[in-house]
Amino acid sequence: MMLLEIEIQPAARLPDREGARVQALCQALGGTSIAVVRAARSFLIEGDLTPAAIDQIATGFLADTVVETCEVRVLHGAGAASIAAATAPTSQPLLNVLYKPGVTDNVADSVRRELIERGHAVKAVRTCQKYWFNADATEADLKRAATKVLANDAIQQVVWGTLELETLSLGSDYDFRLVSVALGAMGDDRLQQLSRQGQLYLNLAEMQTIQRHFASLGRDPTDVELETIAQTWSEHCSHKTLRGRVKYSDGQQEIQFENLLKETVFAATAEIHRRLGADDWCVSVFQDNAGVVTFDAAQHVCMKVETHNHPSALEPYGGANTGLGGVIRDPMGTGLGAKPICNTDVFCFAPPDLPFERLPAGVLHPRVIAKGVVSGVRDYGNRMGIPTVNGAIFFDERYLGNPLVYCGNVAMLPVGMEKKQVSPGELIVAVGGRTGRDGIHGATFSSAELTHESENLSGGAVQIGNAITEKMVEDVLLQARDLGLYTAITDCGAGGFSSAVGEMGAETGAEVWLDKAPLKYSGLSYTEIWISEAQERMVLAVPPARWDEFEQLCRSEGVEATAIGRFTDTRQLVLNYQGTEVGRLSMEFLHDGRPPVVRDAVYQAPPVRELVLPHRTRYNDDLVKILGSLNVCSKEWVIRQYDHEVQGGSVVKPLVGLANDGPSDAAVVRPDLKSQRGLVVSNGMNPRYGDLDPYWMAASAIDEAVRNGVAVGADPDRIAILDNFCWGNTDRPETLGSLVRAALGCRDVAIAYGTPFISGKDSLNNEFSHVDQQGQKQTVAIPPSLLISALGQIDDVRRAITMDLKEAGNLLFLVGVTRDELGGSHYALVNGLDGGTAPIVDLELAPILFRAVHLAIDAGLVRSCHDLSEGGLAVALAEMCFAGGLGAEVSLQALKADSGLDDDAVLLFSESNTRFLVEVPVAAGSEFQELLDGLLVTPLGTVVASETLVVLGNDGQTAVIESSWARLKQAWQQPLDWS
Amino acid sequence: MPTPRVLVLRAPGTNCDFETAFAFDSCGARSERMHLFRLLEQPARLDEFQILCIPGGFSYGDDVGAGAIFGGQLEYRLGDALHRFLISDRLVLGICNGFQVLMRAGILPDGPENWPRRAATLPGATLTWNDNGRYTAKWVRMRTAGSSSVFLKGIDDIYLPMAHGEGKIAIRDEQVLARWHDRRQIALQYLPEDNPNGSIADIAGLCDPSGRVLGLMPHPERHIFSTQHPHWTRNRPTTDEGAGLKLFRNAVEYFG
Repeated sequence: MMLLEIEIQPAARLPDREGARVQALCQALGGTSIAVVRAARSFLIEGDLTPAAIDQIATGFLADTVVETCEVRVLHGAGAASIAAATAPTSQPLLNVLYKPGVTDNVADSVRRELIERGHAVKAVRTCQKYWFNADATEADLKRAATKVLANDAIQQVVWGTLELETLSLGSDYDFRLVSVALGAMGDDRLQQLSRQGQLYLNLAEMQTIQRHFASLGRDPTDVELETIAQTWSEHCSHKTLRGRVKYSDGQQEIQFENLLKETVFAATAEIHRRLGADDWCVSVFQDNAGVVTFDAAQHVCMKVETHNHPSALEPYGGANTGLGGVIRDPMGTGLGAKPICNTDVFCFAPPDLPFERLPAGVLHPRVIAKGVVSGVRDYGNRMGIPTVNGAIFFDERYLGNPLVYCGNVAMLPVGMEKKQVSPGELIVAVGGRTGRDGIHGATFSSAELTHESENLSGGAVQIGNAITEKMVEDVLLQARDLGLYTAITDCGAGGFSSAVGEMGAETGAEVWLDKAPLKYSGLSYTEIWISEAQERMVLAVPPARWDEFEQLCRSEGVEATAIGRFTDTRQLVLNYQGTEVGRLSMEFLHDGRPPVVRDAVYQAPPVRELVLPHRTRYNDDLVKILGSLNVCSKEWVIRQYDHEVQGGSVVKPLVGLANDGPSDAAVVRPDLKSQRGLVVSNGMNPRYGDLDPYWMAASAIDEAVRNGVAVGADPDRIAILDNFCWGNTDRPETLGSLVRAALGCRDVAIAYGTPFISGKDSLNNEFSHVDQQGQKQTVAIPPSLLISALGQIDDVRRAITMDLKEAGNLLFLVGVTRDELGGSHYALVNGLDGGTAPIVDLELAPILFRAVHLAIDAGLVRSCHDLSEGGLAVALAEMCFAGGLGAEVSLQALKADSGLDDDAVLLFSESNTRFLVEVPVAAGSEFQELLDGLLVTPLGTVVASETLVVLGNDGQTAVIESSWARLKQAWQQPLDWS
Repeated sequence: MPTPRVLVLRAPGTNCDFETAFAFDSCGARSERMHLFRLLEQPARLDEFQILCIPGGFSYGDDVGAGAIFGGQLEYRLGDALHRFLISDRLVLGICNGFQVLMRAGILPDGPENWPRRAATLPGATLTWNDNGRYTAKWVRMRTAGSSSVFLKGIDDIYLPMAHGEGKIAIRDEQVLARWHDRRQIALQYLPEDNPNGSIADIAGLCDPSGRVLGLMPHPERHIFSTQHPHWTRNRPTTDEGAGLKLFRNAVEYFG
């Protein structure tokens, strides 16, 4: 057995892009002494190989010899002298970056399988990235490069200098030993200690409940029983805070909620259902893995949006990668399985220009986080062949230690496939990825050196996904679904088998054979198998009569399917390992035994401070600053890395206009290429308003999501919405109070708009603590961050429109009411102004206005339409001009009369909700105005074939903005142009 | 109308198979999406088809290099069946990852001439990382370059989306380019200002000397409807059809 390394570098005449990328990143993060970086990738291969075979592997498979050179050296075993081309000793520091043992290494797995298939005697493969630095780089800079740029300690290890390794083998046998926990004898202190140290994260009342339960059974629980209960009762799985009892007061009212979500967000859906009666178009809401609504006679559509915040803070690539992979499995596990058709993503980061010195210990730089997160989403979505069509990025310093990563998926479910039903006797079948120590809480990250033969495999909370495995699972499951080979399906997400089997068998009972689960490597205990959160796994109920056919179908496409138990009629969850019972829990106790969580929530409105506007006569600079602010500026660098057209359904793309670079309001996608019916995907979010009033922040987020959809042609009577609450620690009554206030806003606005909530998710505890330079503990909570995702529909995609100006001579109208609403605005932000109030929503007027605008678009009267959001009218105008390559001549005089406001700053930059800027051909002008009769439609001016945007102030004479749109575009494109 | 049978061959990670089969079927072909593993079990099934298409995606995750493993499977395990296919009067189309697979397998650029590949020959050209080092998705304008490609008959210029990380044509030496010129193998070229990846001579697609095998990086199957064109809301289309459909129709009509 030999161990060799095949090292591959760019050919001498070609640029070393990876080296240049790393060098630039090191420089950007303050590593000024790092002047030169040279990079190579290498493969470590253990096996019995002849020199001819090694040459064939190196030059015929691993290296692309047109553009790369390779070098082979034997690290251990016979044959070293005959093949090894000794590397010339060099004074340049060499850094090797390898995945820690046990962390998924997709490329290595593919190489090993392919080499074995080609008949090579290969036992193990690992990949390694190698970097050489200039000899005079300082030690401090090198260390920082190693730990902050090149390797992430959560999943990777670094080795300086030449690799000295003997073997790649890992894992060891597991000796079965049943572990029980002597709960009965524990006092309260011990119970709390156990909860903390065992990472069960249960409160005392919950621990006492468990203690009493087992006392009544006359025995102690086993470790796996405790883990199962802890997972099922966790905030993540049971959402006990938002589904719990909350006592809320805000000085004007006191509300006692028995179930906060049920009485706010769900209540809106229930009220809409009551109003629509038989015309209700919701199919399945808040019960399955994703919300389902009707689409056409043949198909329903479903959507789910999840967050993956903490994993992304630790390891941005893997966290975002598995975040998207996880949310795609939700629709795949909805009903009998839906087919994913598009993804969405919304990120919240700290500003990327943060000086390195201000970075607290243990925090990755926001630029590293942003790049890692984008790459992670890119690689999962693109590989799955699911277009990423809509998203947003928000920046705020409070996301520094706790970035937010929201990922969403939309999928199609055939009519009649919306229900699942488990029957006793059916097999519990695991499909897809193997089970490893990935994502097991408390698993210690391995600090093993490369020479180490440790059995401490790495894993922990951070994982790397394998999109191809998930794609293969999707391919076979959709076939199996249509053949009727299974009766129920769910995804293995948080909580792994424990959560998936526990939920599926809740009404029946289940018996699990843990030793049957296929493992990535040996050495896992029965508890680890049960609670592992390894990726790309689904759990199905397969009737025994269909098992052979199902298994054969999976095998025919290289997908592993294993029966790991069967559903019973005992309402007991029974866990066996090698014939020994290791756990037995009643489903009733597991699902209904948790004592209710009771929380206090207090909201106190912050004192209203007047927003004092500076006096100006010209607003060019303000407009340039807002266009160049991080939240408003172009996200093209991100968008261009996503495939947004795979599957062929693209109708309105994320970037639109003459040069394909204007900011689209929403995406339009055709899920069925034989039909012209389309889906409209959009989102709304503005954490800045939450600092002023969470109620109106929620209202504004819903309004923004809906108006974005309506702007491209969505029917406002067919928009479903989803909530994602990301908040700080809700144990604090005032934090929970702001969440309750946002939830009340959600309820009121959803009812008024007729937009049912169909699914949602919450992520609480988004806070980051660190010790500052003065030795003080600092805790930073994120701003209240409510994302509203909207799933709209359009009867005929050929009537969709985009936001870019189309033709000189056309009329421009502002639709909607402009108020003096600059609190939390971007005008205030770029001028460093505080105070003011958040924009409100007119609950009566808004739905009428949405319908009227939709009728006008549907009638073909509108050539372009853009929603007004951050930066108000001025930003919308600028964006429409530069996207369309046309100028505009506009006056605020009529708007002064219509709004009763006479401050140009307010007219230009107010962020009042429910407003659109609309381009209408002259010939359609009167019909348009008639259609919107009684609503506020203000004529602003015309589209002109010029290079300039001119806005006259409310006096109708003075140009308050006069700028070439090319300059505005440049300001908008520059900040995040990281290419 | 001719109704050739099309094999849309998918492997683990292929993801453009549905819309590619749809494009062929829209032109009257009868396509079948078949998994590579099934073809490996019965290589003779290849004989049932007139057109072989390897669609886009990330076969085997692009692990090792785009198309490397799928290409190796064709070369090592389907050599004879593919030889029969290539020397008869049939068509092969590789789109994006499919082009990468055909290059890695050695089916392009020279078609049946050099198939199965002689062990000692090293490839003269490859598809490697874009100059910007990133996966990039955008629309690109291209013109045809007077090749003998069956697929591009009657097409002078075309606007299609590209979406790839490894789409830059690189060559071992200048003779390779001269040979392609002489043998009319340069099928598609980006307009120089639209070259998205630094490909040599702005090459977006290559065909074999017979014109029956074509590989291209951009996606014709993503422009078979007028509403897929990025500017369709600017210039309201008069037809529902997109420019990419012509490639598929040409292939189908070849058998008419």
